[in-house]
Amino acid sequence: MSPQTAPPSTAEVPTAQQRDHATTIYERSVPGRRAADLPAAGVPETPIEELIPKSLLRERPAELPEIAEPEIVRHYNRLSRRNFDLDTGMYPLGSCTMKHNPRLNERVAALPGHARLHPAQDPRRAQGALELMWNLQQSLAEICGLPHVSLQPSAGSHGELAGLLLTRAYHADRGEQRTKVLTPDTAHGTNPATVSMAGYEVVRVATSEQGGVDMDDLREKADDQVACLMLTNPNTLGLFDENIAEIAEILHSVGGTLYYDGANLNAIMGRSRPGDMGFDIVHVNLHKSFSQPHGGGGPGSGPIAVSDRIEPFLPKPQVVRTSEGNGSGPTFDLDYDRPKAIGRLRGFQGNFGVFVRSYAYILSLGGDGLQEASETSVLNANYLLSRLSEGRTGKYLPLGVDRRPMHEFVLSASKAKDDLGVKTLDIAKRILDFGFHPPTVYFPLLIEEALLMEPTETETRETLDDFADTLEAVLEEAESDPAIVTGAPYTTPVRRLDEAGAARDPVIRQPLG
Amino acid sequence: MNAAAYPEDLKYHPEHDWARVEGDEAVFGITWYAQDALGEVVFYEPPAVGTTVDKDKPYTELESVKAVSEIFAPLSGEIVAVNEALGDAPEAINSDPYGEGWLVRIKVNDPSELDALMDSAAYQAMLDG
Repeated sequence: MSPQTAPPSTAEVPTAQQRDHATTIYERSVPGRRAADLPAAGVPETPIEELIPKSLLRERPAELPEIAEPEIVRHYNRLSRRNFDLDTGMYPLGSCTMKHNPRLNERVAALPGHARLHPAQDPRRAQGALELMWNLQQSLAEICGLPHVSLQPSAGSHGELAGLLLTRAYHADRGEQRTKVLTPDTAHGTNPATVSMAGYEVVRVATSEQGGVDMDDLREKADDQVACLMLTNPNTLGLFDENIAEIAEILHSVGGTLYYDGANLNAIMGRSRPGDMGFDIVHVNLHKSFSQPHGGGGPGSGPIAVSDRIEPFLPKPQVVRTSEGNGSGPTFDLDYDRPKAIGRLRGFQGNFGVFVRSYAYILSLGGDGLQEASETSVLNANYLLSRLSEGRTGKYLPLGVDRRPMHEFVLSASKAKDDLGVKTLDIAKRILDFGFHPPTVYFPLLIEEALLMEPTETETRETLDDFADTLEAVLEEAESDPAIVTGAPYTTPVRRLDEAGAARDPVIRQPLG
Repeated sequence: MNAAAYPEDLKYHPEHDWARVEGDEAVFGITWYAQDALGEVVFYEPPAVGTTVDKDKPYTELESVKAVSEIFAPLSGEIVAVNEALGDAPEAINSDPYGEGWLVRIKVNDPSELDALMDSAAYQAMLDG
């Protein structure tokens, strides 16, 4: 929807979706209804008591929904229409890289040899899958500039935990025990959370006027108790830290490791590599930079790439390639013989489909294509920023840190709040009525009334123009009648939610039946 | 939400905390500006009575719909009472930051620390600057 056809600006008659409260499949259950009529078994039935020990048998039947197939289809279809997704419209959620999910990847992942692979398949019968994983490891190693990769971590945060466990194993192997991990105050919340989870103390490093690591603060806090510095570059302000070589030197001079949070890798692929910047450990979000669906659209994956000195500690098993001497080509295997490994991070690689999609993405773009994707993501962000620097958006939503950003940028709605009485949250809610998902709000924390926007390379100029026009239109509404914006949204399946009430008094149980 | 206010009888800390000195004790809370910036507070777990707090150091956390934030002590001392009522009704921090929304009461260690705090006018000048 473009601002030329402005959406309703008052709460009139509730829409059909607003009247239709979302239900669970259990609430639609009627005893005796079935989606399928199964024929009688053609073989003699063995009583279940003879097959399963009594102590493991249910005392009463499981409470499963009883529902006919058409109602099942309608139920989930109706729920899906209450959602906002990338296939509906632009989703400029900052530091999340909500790029288009190419359908080619889905076709490849759905091939039976990929989709029906059993997790317990003998490696000798899963050579193609292991080869794909090995090839993906090689690609990620090249992109990150670090030679060794493990595909085990299931998400970015899992990769972070792996990174700190690797750091601890590295120091323990040298007879050291360190207590602190440094994170900048612009860091993703998962960074300090991971530090606590891994048993280290979080030490915050301040941000400089230029939006990078405050070098004096870093020098003061980097001592022989620091195990690691976790950094995103470009950071969550979308700014590339030009001091990265010096930062790496400071960390390495006190014996710490340098961890790269790959959330913003989409800005630099093919242009610069974390390994070349001096990082020891990198996690990559396949569900961000490498186009795997996410945000409820599919499982994540957070592979890690590491330097030589960290390699002995990588989790096991590792996918390895062995060259056969008899001309039959290489074979692939899972290597469990890793005495210094931190262990296993998950039982099975049940997210194998993520590897297939990401590898398909890498192959279909190639090295040049990945570089172009990153360059276009930076171009798109800067085009959008230049549009938003004009008019009312320029007046009420200035940049949080006035420096040219890369693939994302942070605006501050402080002026809109003071001058117009509309906050970041109000603006975020109102643009939903125009058909746009809001950007990340109130993060990073050091920018007041933050709006963190990442358009990605997959949005067209027309869409970016529409988005800029929409923000302009919302601020125009706020100038004439702020209540339009503070009362939004009007057209979404549910209107303004009581977030505080939900947090203070959460209802987390769904009664069955 | 009430209107912005910064009572004259309070002393202010740059991390947006206030202290009301009563004899050799002081009551702490967060300022109107702080509660407005945090948004609706959804969780507050009072620290234990008897805990020592150090000036300029965090002594507790508040969780709002936006974030979990550290709360800094404007003065040093030992906690002698905490506002238990906020456990069930943290919204008082938003609706009445200088009254029902008080956080802790301490026995002040060093009254001279007060000199480093701002009065209402100086704090408002800092907010405007």
